[in-house]
Formats: sequence, C-alpha cells, structure tokens
Amino acid sequence: MSTFDFLLQGLLVAMQPMNLIYALIGVTLGTAVGVLPGIGPALTVALLLPVTYRLDPGGSLIMFAGIYYGGMYGGSTTSILLNTPGESSSIVTALEGNKMARAGRGGPALATAAIGSFVAGLIATIGLAFIAPAIVKLALVFGPREYFALMVLAFVTVSSAFGDSTLRGLTSLFLGFALAIIGIDQLTGQTRMSFGVPDLLDGVEVTTLAVAMFAIGETLYIAAQGEQGPDKVEAVRGSVWMTGQDWARSWKPWLRGTVIGFPIGAMPAGGAEIGTFLSYATEKRLTKHPEEFGHGAIEGVAGPEAANNASAAGTLVPLLTLGLPTTATAAIMLAGFQQYGLQPGPLLFATNPQLVWGLIASLLIANFMLLVLNLPLVGLWVKLLTIPRPWLYAGILTFATLGTIGANPSVFELGMLLAFGLMGYLMRVFGYPIAPVVVGLILGPLAEQQLRRALAISQGDPSVLFTSPIAAVLLAIAALALIVPAVLRARGKGQVLSQLAASED
Amino acid sequence: MSGNAIPSTRAKADKAAFGIALFLAALSALIFWDASRLQAVASYSRVGPATIPTVIAACLLGLAVWTAVAARAGDFPRRERQEIGPVAWVVGGLVLQMLCLKTLGFSIATGLLFAMTAAAFGKRKLHVTIPLGILLCLAIWLLFAGLLQLSLPAGPLEHLLRR
Repeated sequence: MSTFDFLLQGLLVAMQPMNLIYALIGVTLGTAVGVLPGIGPALTVALLLPVTYRLDPGGSLIMFAGIYYGGMYGGSTTSILLNTPGESSSIVTALEGNKMARAGRGGPALATAAIGSFVAGLIATIGLAFIAPAIVKLALVFGPREYFALMVLAFVTVSSAFGDSTLRGLTSLFLGFALAIIGIDQLTGQTRMSFGVPDLLDGVEVTTLAVAMFAIGETLYIAAQGEQGPDKVEAVRGSVWMTGQDWARSWKPWLRGTVIGFPIGAMPAGGAEIGTFLSYATEKRLTKHPEEFGHGAIEGVAGPEAANNASAAGTLVPLLTLGLPTTATAAIMLAGFQQYGLQPGPLLFATNPQLVWGLIASLLIANFMLLVLNLPLVGLWVKLLTIPRPWLYAGILTFATLGTIGANPSVFELGMLLAFGLMGYLMRVFGYPIAPVVVGLILGPLAEQQLRRALAISQGDPSVLFTSPIAAVLLAIAALALIVPAVLRARGKGQVLSQLAASED
Repeated sequence: MSGNAIPSTRAKADKAAFGIALFLAALSALIFWDASRLQAVASYSRVGPATIPTVIAACLLGLAVWTAVAARAGDFPRRERQEIGPVAWVVGGLVLQMLCLKTLGFSIATGLLFAMTAAAFGKRKLHVTIPLGILLCLAIWLLFAGLLQLSLPAGPLEHLLRR
C-alpha cells in the first residue's frame, strides 16, 4: 500500500467518534495548560500524562498528540500577551508579538501566530507522513552499531552543541545517565545502583523526573525570586482579524518558517528554538519593512511561529520512525508510548500500522480543531493568563503531585519527586540545562543495550563501532558537534550558541 | 538562567561550584563502588552489566575535575539572589504532603501542599487557603478516582464521601 492509502486508513481511524472526542479533549486541555505562564509543552505533556492512564492505547495517544499540538499553540498566546515565554521556542514570538500587543495589534498577532501554526502544522504533518516510510525503510538496515552511533549524535546535540557551556550540558547529560543505571540490568537481570531498596528496582520513572525537574524545579526557582510586581497582561484590543495587508505580509513567512523548521525538527539534533531563531533572522533580512523590526513586525511573529510548529511535527519523525526522542517533550511522549508496552520505531509501523497512521492522521484533525479553538475563543484563553501567581503555582504543584501519586501512590515516589525537584531548582540556579537529564534518562538505557549488542556480536572488539560506514559518519558528525562549539566558545564567540540554548521545548 | 547579580557574591559563588564538583566526584565513587560488586558474567564479550556504569563513573569523575577547574577560574555564570523563605514554604508543603498522604488521604495532604505553595507566593491566610485547597483536592479526587479510576489514597474525608 502507498503512503496515501495508509494515511486514508489512518483518517478513518481518527474520524471514529470516540477518537474525535479524545482529540478534542486533548487539544482543549493542551491549549489550557499551555497558555498558563511558565508551562511549556514538555511540562504540559508530563502533567497531563496521568489523565490518559486508563484509556486504550489508540485513544490515549490521539489525546496525547492533541495535548502536544495544543501546548504549542497555547505557548504562543502567552508569549504574545504576557512577554514571559512559556517555552524557549516562543522567545522570538515574544520579541515581536508582545510589541504588537502593546501597540494595540494583539489580535492580528494572535491570528497570524494561530494561522501560521496551522499552515506549518498541516504541511509538516503531511511531510511527516511522506518521509516516515522512507526513514523506516532505511532504519530496517540499521544494526545495533548504527543505532548506537545515532544515539551518540543525539546526546551530543541535545547536551552540548547549543547552550552556553559544554561542561554544564555534558554534566546534565551524565546526571541523566547516572539515574538511568538505577534498576535491573536489561540484559543480565542484575540489580544496579538500587542498594537493596525495592522501590528502586524498576528504576527512575521518566515522568517523575520530568515533572519534578520542570514543574517543581521551576516553581521553586520562581518562588526564590521573591516578590515581584504582577505580570502585565496586554488586553486584546480591536479585532482579532487580520487586514489584507497583514495577510500579504504573513503568508510568505509562514511558508518559509515551515521550510526552515521542519528539517531542523526532523534531524536528530533537537530543539524547536533553533528553527525559530533562523526564521526570525531570515524574515528580518527579507522584509520590506526593516524599520518595524523590534517594534512589532508581523513577519517576526508569523515566521518563527510557523517554524516552531513545523519543527514540533518534525521531532515526531525520529520519534516515530527510530524511537529516538530529540527533545524533552519527545522523551516524555516516548514514555507515554512505553506505558502501553509500545516501542516506537520501524517495527511499530509494521506491527501496528493502524495505531501509527491513526496517530498521524489525528494530528491533522487536531490542527483543524486548534484553529477553530484558538481564533474565535482566544478571549477565553486570555482569561487564564490573569490567574494570580499563588493560585497558579499551587495548582501546578497539586497537579504535578497528582500525576505521581496516580501512577504510583507511594511515599518513596513522592520523596524522589521532591529530591529531583530540588535538583532541578539547583540546576536552574547554577545555569545547567534541564532537557539533557531527561533525554539521558530515557535514551541512556537504549544506547547501552545497542552498544552491548554490537559488542556481543563482535565478541568484544570495539573497532566494529567504526567500521560500518553509516555509523562512522554519524560518529564523525557527533565529534564535530562536540568540538566545534567548544572551540567557538573558547574563542569568545559563544553568544550565538547560548542564544540557541535548549532549556525546554 | 543566569542574570545580573551582585558582584560581591562572586567569591562565595565559586565555593558553591566546588560543591558541585565534590558532588559529582562522590556520585562517581558511588557508581564505581556499585559496579565493582557486580559479578562479571562469563560471555564472549568482555562487556557486562558493570561496563557502562564504570564508563559513566569515569566520565563523571572527569566532569568533576573540569567543574573544579572552571570553579577556580570563575567560569560559572553569576547567580541571582535566591530568597530562602518561599523555597522553604514549598519544600515544607511537599514534605507535609508526603507524610500525611497515607494516613490523612489525598485531599487533606494535597490541600495542605496547595495552601503552603500559595503561602510561598504571598497568600499567607492559611485559615482560608487550607480549607479551600482541601475542597479543591476533594473535587479532583472525585473526578480522577471516580471517573478516571486512578488509585489515589483515600483518607477519612474520602471514606465519608464514598458512603
């Protein structure tokens, strides 16, 4: 069957009334939580994971995809109206969007962000549908050593290629590895790092770590800043509709943003924000109204928002086809798959095509729902921005602990939540990136498994890792991605890289 | 996450960074020790369950040394002043919830956490926020334990409602 048939079949799955309801609940919850200041998509997905515990896999993954896309839409509303981006990939949107809102053009800014996200999401999801089968075919020839090399590349790009310090990125990554060792060794069944504590035998739950690091760590960090004046929410004055000129100035940035964002998301490099910065720079160079940049140029909202959503869809390419999460959000999505015993990767396309294609098709549907949900109802979401901080953070912690208790009602689990929360807080204070810990925890065991398989096949000869051409090229790229930024930083040219810092996306 | 801070914290700041280096070294030692008691299973490859932990421990030791060098050179970004009070409120709330969860049930324990977090952000009227939090959490309990069948620990309040 061709991709088109599969996609059509997926649409039939996604159009079932129950699945439509799951998608609708997902996008609504995702938007609502994504709009809340300080909550990015990674945390949105982690917080809402428990809601899906008792659903069937198909329905819950569809709801999940809706939450993911909804969180991306919601984040842009926050950054335009509040100037506190809930996620690093919305920083650029805040740059121009908040200026537009202050100038009384918040409506068109929200509209171009929503329509741009829609256009990008639509094109990128179709791109995902057509690229995925090709990568699946390629992945079938991958052996353990190629997978290992691919993961090494992902480790390097997630931890040290971007951000302001190689040292701190690598330290975060290795903290994740250290946590990943805890539990029963998958190949020999021996217990590692559990010190006779039965609660540690299953290892550290990804969701516990993610919720602790993102929700509790962030709450502590914000609390520690002390009393601050209330954030100023810009009211949406005037029409939310775009004028003819707005359309004329927006459609090209939407398409350019999509073209920039999708490949960056699809590569095992991670980070939606890189695409948004590139898109912003491109629009700034190509615009006919350079004087407006910095004072609310609509191109500066349209392009980066499209790039943001396109790369969000792009990250699903390595996640679904290779089982390789390249962002914290994708890592948590992977945990969502694993709670049903599903391992994303080439095999899932063969064994469970209905599920995979239903998921991809439901992304298209979620995208339509979000457009409807966001444009006319934007006033409703804006109200969420005015929740006073005490209630907001009290609510966030209530839900954060609810998820952990729901998954495993044990005092020990809550203790881990607190310990990792404090760790996340201290890491923020000292400027360590958070995402590498989560990615290290979830990818570390997979990488170890592949490495040990490769070495078992070669009877312990490590040179086998470099003798496959694919693996050798991937490892060479990984080495470059480690060395080049380090050299740039040492020469004092690190500012650009630290602007591209991947803290949470 | 680094911003403009008071320069006088600089000397103290490096001490904290040395602390991180010590922590990493201790973690590395812990992993080395744990890996050393794993018996090597005879197999064709010399790679067993202890191999990767040993490599990770070695890398952590290297990172500890690197951190110490960076701390000495003052390479760490300056830090903003941290208020301890609000942090203590939130941590206290989490500890209280952890201790009360099994005996008092989800609603009361989480309601206490809710009130203490609100207190950290300036709402200090506990006689208002605690009942509010408990009511809210009871509603959440009804929704999640009832409709979505999550297993949230029940206490006296929840038993009252169940009857």
